[in-house]
Amino acid sequence: MTSALLEARGVGKRFGGVQALKDVSITIHQGEVYGLIGPNGAGKTTFFNVLTGLYPRDGGEVLFAGAPLNLASPHEVAKAGIARTFQNIRLFGNMTALENVMVGRHVRTHAGVFGAMLRLRSERAEEEAIRRRSEELLHYVGVADRANDLARHLSYGDQRRLEIARALATEPRLLALDEPAAGMNATETAALRVLIDGLRTDGLTVLLIEHDVKLVMGLCDRVAVLEYGEKIAEDVPAVVRADPKVIEAYIGTSAH
Amino acid sequence: MSFLKGRTGLIILGIALLILPFMLGMAGTAWVRIMNFAVLYVLLALGLNIVVGYAGLLDLGYIAFFAVGAYVYALLASPHFGLHLPFWIILPIGAFVACIAGMVLGAPTLRLRGDYLAIVTLGFGEIVRIFMNNLSNPINITNGPKGVNLIDPFHIGPINFAKTDTIAGLDVSGPIKYYYFLLLVLIGVIIINRRLQDSRIGRAWVAIREDEMAAKAAGINTRNIKLLAFAMGASFGGISGGMFAAIQGFVSPESFILNESIMVLAMVVLGGMGNIWGVVAGAIVLAFVPEILRYTVEPAQMALFGHTLIEPEVLRMLIFGSALVLTMRFRPAGFWPETRHKRELVEAAEK
Repeated sequence: MTSALLEARGVGKRFGGVQALKDVSITIHQGEVYGLIGPNGAGKTTFFNVLTGLYPRDGGEVLFAGAPLNLASPHEVAKAGIARTFQNIRLFGNMTALENVMVGRHVRTHAGVFGAMLRLRSERAEEEAIRRRSEELLHYVGVADRANDLARHLSYGDQRRLEIARALATEPRLLALDEPAAGMNATETAALRVLIDGLRTDGLTVLLIEHDVKLVMGLCDRVAVLEYGEKIAEDVPAVVRADPKVIEAYIGTSAH
Repeated sequence: MSFLKGRTGLIILGIALLILPFMLGMAGTAWVRIMNFAVLYVLLALGLNIVVGYAGLLDLGYIAFFAVGAYVYALLASPHFGLHLPFWIILPIGAFVACIAGMVLGAPTLRLRGDYLAIVTLGFGEIVRIFMNNLSNPINITNGPKGVNLIDPFHIGPINFAKTDTIAGLDVSGPIKYYYFLLLVLIGVIIINRRLQDSRIGRAWVAIREDEMAAKAAGINTRNIKLLAFAMGASFGGISGGMFAAIQGFVSPESFILNESIMVLAMVVLGGMGNIWGVVAGAIVLAFVPEILRYTVEPAQMALFGHTLIEPEVLRMLIFGSALVLTMRFRPAGFWPETRHKRELVEAAEK
């Protein structure tokens, strides 16, 4: 639990005149579930998008597994071992659930155009392995029975799970979940919690952005709080919960 | 295509396709030629289907790659430069040059989508045509608007594709030979398309079509994969172009106008974007309808009114226009949509 998997140092991001992220530094340890919370507009998703290469950053650096992370393009980030989900689910709607997960295997497989055209033994074997692994992952997240349904026909909770399965298919070392419980009912949230708990048990490191403070406090090993693009706290949930700055950020200043 | 699933269905289809040119030949060799052009359109539509149907990149200048392939063939097998290379060398060269052209078009347009991409590709198609029109000065490369004439037909050993041979009492005309060659190429292209569709690359194309940002986040190098779609689509166009030049014996820039690009796109859209059989059906129907009109509308009007009221060309545009509008209104996914939906229904029925 002590070795750092991801270290962000002084990450900044500016949109025109708005400083969305100011000098944000966080350290995520190997094997922990790390929560990132904060009021609306605090910069959580911006941080996520910088971290996964969707937005270019304006400053700072990110070390991943001890080496500088190439943030130039999202697929390089995925290749390095960071997978993500989106706040507003982004599946490939007209592909089946299974195919969605199979797309996730893309970055760990090699078949090219000529391989696909000639269908040599190695390509067939790879394709078979992709399919098998994807079926396993569907099973793991609990949507195996919808494998051949189009992704857009899945229920909201299943879509969230499918997105996680697709992310897992890239064999990440860090799984970044952007508000996975948003819009879920209590049962679905409880099931999600079990799923994330299981991921931790299986040794995966998870970065979790969440509005549901109860879920974060109950699930995370450590929590960081962002406000106006700055980190105002980072510690175990019990300490963060008692931090006056955090209380102020969420509830407002008490009258003096 | 459930009736084709079984082996008997396949054999019946095969026999039908084998005797088809002789049946058509009875109505006149012109119909065999029309069939050949229909197959060329099918090949083009299948190539465009990779770009538009799979990867979702709207390309309005696709005919440019057809033009590139045709001119490569024309210049390497005609008296124009005095070169007479055999077709099996030129066709791959044409595919390669078209593939390069595809990447030249693809590279600067990678960030564009939808309308903007359509405008740039439309411009590209026109640029290629205008180049062909004007590359006669100062060095005469394309012979300008006059085009390149006397292009060599295919030769396989002693068989000349421009002449009629009598085999076992059957007169096998040039167009019939081309028909069989085209049929072989078509089968090859369909197999390649199907394999691509169910491959790592094919899935990446569809993923980009569905949601480019999610595809990136899932680890797909969208730049390379999009370029690959352009390159693959263009190569198919280049091969078709080469065969077009050989069959026609003559190429000029006029054959590669914007209308042709739109025609091929209409075949893909009407048939069912992304579905191979839909695209094949769309291309055959759209290639045959104008010819059927040409041969029926005028005689029918002559017989009824004694003179021609409506030109077949006018009627053709009217029918195409209304067909497109009605399709978009009632079957926006095309007449034969992508099979993914169907697969889903089959699975549901099996449960």
